[in-house]
Amino acid sequence: MKAAVDKPDVSLLKEKARQLRVEILKMLAEAKSGHTGGSLSSADIVAALFFYKMRHKPHDPKWIKRDRFILSKGHAAPVLYAALALSGYFDSSLLKTLRKIGSPLQGHPCSTKLPGVEISTGSLGQGLSIANGIALGLKLDGSGSRVYCLLGDGETQEGQVWEAAMTAAHYKLDNLCAFIDNNGLQIDGHCCDVMHIEPIVNKWEAFGWNVIDIDGHDMKAVVAALNDAETVKGKPTMIVARTVKGKGVSFFEGKVEYHGLAPSREELEMALKELGK
Amino acid sequence: MGERTHKTGQGKPESAGKAVATRDAYGEALLELGRKRSDVVVLDADLSGSTKTGKFAKAFPERFFNLGVSEQDMIGTASGLSLAGKLPFASTFAVFETGRAWEQIRQTVCYSNLNVKLVATHSGVTVGEDGASHQAIEDVALMRVLHNMTVIVPADGNETRQVIHAIAEHYGPVYVRLGRSKVPQVMPDDYTFRIGKAYPFHIGKDANIIAMGIMVSAALDAAEMLKENGIDAGVVNMSTVKPLDTEILLKAVEACGILMTAEEHSVTGGLGGAVSEFLAENHPAKVLRTGIRDDFGCSGTPEELLKLYGLTADDIAKTIREAIS
Ligand SMILES: Cc1ncc(C[n+]2csc(CCOP(=O)(O)OP(=O)(O)O)c2C)c(N)n1
Ligand SMILES: [Mg+2]
Repeated sequence: MKAAVDKPDVSLLKEKARQLRVEILKMLAEAKSGHTGGSLSSADIVAALFFYKMRHKPHDPKWIKRDRFILSKGHAAPVLYAALALSGYFDSSLLKTLRKIGSPLQGHPCSTKLPGVEISTGSLGQGLSIANGIALGLKLDGSGSRVYCLLGDGETQEGQVWEAAMTAAHYKLDNLCAFIDNNGLQIDGHCCDVMHIEPIVNKWEAFGWNVIDIDGHDMKAVVAALNDAETVKGKPTMIVARTVKGKGVSFFEGKVEYHGLAPSREELEMALKELGK
Repeated sequence: MGERTHKTGQGKPESAGKAVATRDAYGEALLELGRKRSDVVVLDADLSGSTKTGKFAKAFPERFFNLGVSEQDMIGTASGLSLAGKLPFASTFAVFETGRAWEQIRQTVCYSNLNVKLVATHSGVTVGEDGASHQAIEDVALMRVLHNMTVIVPADGNETRQVIHAIAEHYGPVYVRLGRSKVPQVMPDDYTFRIGKAYPFHIGKDANIIAMGIMVSAALDAAEMLKENGIDAGVVNMSTVKPLDTEILLKAVEACGILMTAEEHSVTGGLGGAVSEFLAENHPAKVLRTGIRDDFGCSGTPEELLKLYGLTADDIAKTIREAIS
């Protein structure tokens, strides 16, 4: 069981993020398809959540007091699967079955097939509304559990995200903390070329959120933001995490092509070397 | 299940005095349910006065969530509430609930098989003066294609009340289609609704009409008219459109030469579609489909619109008479 601890071991969390990246690359190379860039860019955030902040019990995925994690950007399924495996929800050998026929590790997360996945995602723009609903339900029950939600920056072009942004502020969901993995890229190119989303911080502030702007690869900053979010009352928190798509592998970093391309065998070897494994 | 003869005068059921809109029955049923179960939560998208969820909102303000004009967010929020162990009822007009939020219903509610109840009002052309933009005639088709979804179209207020209580006890996504205008009580007082069980008022030897929603009343009136022509026409209330009660359907088609479906909905993908699909595979038969044919609704009074789209008892009786002669 990973319980929230007061003193984060930042170097341990960095190591967890490194391990997540290794597993992401291995499973994607094995699957020969899937989303590399956006899985790597959110590895530090997901490591901080699963191995520091979130209260959860891998052997009791439906534990009533757990904190919830909603991967709104469902195409980053590999980072979620890696975190679930490294937490002990299932054996890491299952990661090899990603995207294969009969596997519970579907191309995008499926809650009816894989324990630990709170809700099926993959169609962008829907996760924040779901997170809001859970947060409302937890409040009704007087539960102390918190809800975390991870969105892509391109994803925030979906109108429903802004409907949900209003709802979270209207209902003062201070038990909700969301992240935008602000890697600046989407499928067709740079977000600023495809459809401007800046100024992100001002937008969310204008919608009534507590906004924390951080370097999403600075583990200390991620941890501090998560802790700060917990102290805010009467408002949901949005952590705008400035990230690099493909982070951790030099030849994937900032490359729009690697949004939906899996590493080849050779690329995997080089990547693992860079990651020190 | 006993058979029942529906006594009618000039096309008006004698129980017309008891006419209530199914949306009003929904409002009452939600109140009852809210008192009985503390896990019931209700969501609406700025139409709580019209959908009648406002009654629940007044009685249980802490369990009512208005999402404003944002149907997609409403479905997502309802999904989250169900994940937190609540029993959410999400309501708005049928066209917005099933149309605007279709993909949220598919991806989140149905794919994850969540215990979310979608109860929409203002279905069909009897919405009236607001016109086509507000008249859902495709909603049953849109919901029926979804895996894990149950689709129910109650015929009157009595049945609506029972449906709301029944779906609260049933795990899984459910779509309930309700209307704006008053409908006469057609279901007997001792009737018990069960999901997936159709109600045969009478199985006719000459023709059988498989109807849903307000068309059950019209079908009963038509059967009465046909009796005067010596035609024995039966009526089945197929209130659960998915899963279809195929046992009753087979009985009805085997008993007579003429099978008709009647719906205040497009004949494409709705009840006519569902019945035809089943029969094509299991008992090929000609199906006469009363409903809206490749069209939109328009403004008018509900009565005028029912006439315009051929959805009256007279229309049904005429079609059957012509088919027999
Ligand atoms: C509703 C919807 N439309 C389109 C897609 C296809 N799609 C998958 S990922 C993606 C781009 C997402 O960009 P972003 O949110 O920035 O993700 P990241 O950069 O973190 O990978 C698109 C358009 C989808 N999954 N869902
Ligand atoms: Mg991006």
